[in-house]
Formats: sequence, structure tokens, C-alpha cells
Amino acid sequence: MFKKFADTWTDLGRFSPATDIAGQTPVKSSVQRAIRAAVLAQWKIEPETLEAIWPKKEGLVHVKWCVRAQRQREHVSVYTVHGEPLIIQHFDGPYYPTLRLLHKYPYILPKVGVDRGAIRFLLGGAPMMCPGLTSKGGYLPPPESALPAGTAVAIHAEGKEHAVGIGLTKLGTEEMRRVNKDVGVEVATYLGDDLWALKSL
Amino acid sequence: MPSKKSQAREAQPNPPIEQAEGPPAPDPVPPVQLLYCSVCSFPPEYCEFGSSLTRCKEWLKDKHSSLFDKYYSDDALSTKLGTLSMEAQAKLEKDTAKKEAKAEAKADAALKKKLASQVTIKRIERNKRKHVTSIHGLEAFGVDLKKAAKQFSSKFATGSSVTKNLQGQDEIIVQGDVSDEILEMIETEAGVLKGIPADNVEIVEEKKKKGGD
Ligand SMILES: [Zn+2]
Repeated sequence: MFKKFADTWTDLGRFSPATDIAGQTPVKSSVQRAIRAAVLAQWKIEPETLEAIWPKKEGLVHVKWCVRAQRQREHVSVYTVHGEPLIIQHFDGPYYPTLRLLHKYPYILPKVGVDRGAIRFLLGGAPMMCPGLTSKGGYLPPPESALPAGTAVAIHAEGKEHAVGIGLTKLGTEEMRRVNKDVGVEVATYLGDDLWALKSL
Repeated sequence: MPSKKSQAREAQPNPPIEQAEGPPAPDPVPPVQLLYCSVCSFPPEYCEFGSSLTRCKEWLKDKHSSLFDKYYSDDALSTKLGTLSMEAQAKLEKDTAKKEAKAEAKADAALKKKLASQVTIKRIERNKRKHVTSIHGLEAFGVDLKKAAKQFSSKFATGSSVTKNLQGQDEIIVQGDVSDEILEMIETEAGVLKGIPADNVEIVEEKKKKGGD
């Protein structure tokens, strides 16, 4: 079921910094305040921890970055502090931490999990199908903490300690259980993708 | 959703004022310290999905033997299967081996290409007294031409630039006859001139044609 995606996506070219960064600009302080408030609202992170990661007196730099996804080019905003990518945003969607930042603070996003069979498809760039999330090896939060569609989530994998990627729920988690087919979670970033290769800018 | 909104409102007040009057701010949560594989850059538990598992395992066994046992002992291998069927696991292993072989073949081909590449240092006579030196082919060894040109110009205190030759290929032109010195720099791997076997370097001479301009 995932095969189609995996085959077309695995051979995408690697990222080359010179051609793919469309510009780097310091972020205005009013915009920085708005981003900080949004991040505090969207992630489960304590203000003091965010302060340690991104101190208020340090400027955030906005890197406009072009990625190839689904054979199209699209712009992604990467926000860096001291050259380290920390926050990403597609268009005006939610703010995601980078996967390396999530690895350091794994509790800041709610979790979903995919079964072992889905890992290699995810690492090939495929979106996560509902059955991979609802199967015995997968994980969705219990009904009382169900997530709505459009939530940024940490994607964990069966038998693994650390997150394999970060995604955006395409359906609510209860809906995923009910429908149990097609895409449940779009994958925003994963181990080994172009953004992962971007350790510092 | 309502909880998100109230959190957003809580985030609004200006914290510095609170800090000045209220109790000291709580300590930040320390980050999880985790190890990344120095071969494939993944957390080691994911090396099995990369294209360099053999080398990843060697590195982990050598540098972090307890983690190696954790991930690759017989026990770990049997529990790791989880809900994946034996056939699916076998397929995964076959795919990993294939990926690894492909990556190795690619690296081999790149190496062969590199070893077959030639760097040409040409001493060009401009007139009786004046020479320039052109260096061609450094890029095949991963040398940044602009940086190399800069290195030459500071080393020889002379002009040096990257230009296109008649065939449209990039080469470096250094003012003056410095061909022997450049060969020596390549042999001693000075600055950015690293990893170029001396056997792949030749010095040629280009005399001014008789009767030419
Ligand atoms: Zn590895």
C-alpha cells in the first residue's frame, strides 16, 4: 500500500545549501514575540525551557528554504538561533520543532506511533496511512486525549525510543480509528531528509 | 482547542516584570542527551534503516559497546521484530543489504572517477620574462577553486583567479611561474589541496608560438 510512495520518493536528490536557500533575514522583534507566543501556545513547552533554547535577547533568523516535496518545489520557513535550525513552518501552518530539537525535548509534541512495517516507508518520504497507526504496533492517543486534524505530532515507531519524524494529522485521531484507510498523518520532516541534513546554517 | 487559547493568553504578559517581583523563575528542563551515529547520523536504533548498516555496527561496537549489545544482541533482535512478520523482516533485511551494496558501488564509482582524474599544472609563457601558471582539474578532487585561488594569491603574493578556459572548464590562473611550488603544495597537502595523489598531477609547458603576436 505504501509502495507507490516509497518508490517515487526514495531517489530524490540531496539538498545543496547554495541553491536551495532563498534568503536569510533577521526577524523583527514584534514578529519574534508573536512566534514565541504561538510556540508557547502550540507546543507543550515551559517558557523557561523555551528561553533556554531560544533566549529572548538572541535574534531569530528566518531562512527561506526551498524543498522538493512530491516533485514540487515549496517554500519552508526555517528559524534559526546561532545558525541552529530550531523551528519550521510550512506556509502559515503550525510551528514544528526540528527533529533534532524534538529529540532533545520529546514531550513538547503529542505522540502518535507507527508499526515497524511502516518505518521504511516513512523514511522514504511517504505519508503515514491509518492502518500503520491503528495496527497493534502503532499508537494513537486514547479517546479522552484525542487530537484534532491539523495537529503537529511527534511520530514514534514500534520498538524505538526516539521519534522518527514529525507530522501533521490529516484526520482527527478518532476519525483515523473509524475510517482506517488512506493518509492519517502527513510527514513534515523525518530522519535523513533534507532538513535533517541541515545541521547548521 | 479552548486549552490552547487560554495557554496563549497566559503567554502574553511580559515575563521580565514578573521575574523582577515574583519568585525566581523555575529552572528549564534539561535536554535529553542522545547519541547520533557518526556514520549515518541517525540515532543508532535506526541505523538498520540506513544504507551503511555494516559500518554503523562496526562504529557502535567500537565506540559504544553497551549500546551495541542493547540493539544487536540476540534478545534485542528477536524482540525488535515486534508485530512485523518474519517475511516482512526478511524483506527489510534484504532491502537493507541491497541499499548498502548500492551505496558502496556508488562510493566505489566516485572513488574510481576521482583516481582517474588528472590535475594539469601548465606553465604558460606570456613573453620572454613573463609567465602565468594555470591549474586545471582540482575540482574533481573536491577542492573549492575559489578558496584554492585565494590560497595561491596569499602564498605567492600575486594575482590569482578562477577563469574559464577555451573549453569552458574552470581553471585557476596564477601570475608568475609557480608550477613547481604548486606541485609541492599538492604533495604536502597544503591548505585546501587535500587528497590529490601526486601521480595524478602533471606539469606541462606552453611555449609562446614563434612568430605569434
Ligand atoms: Zn548509523
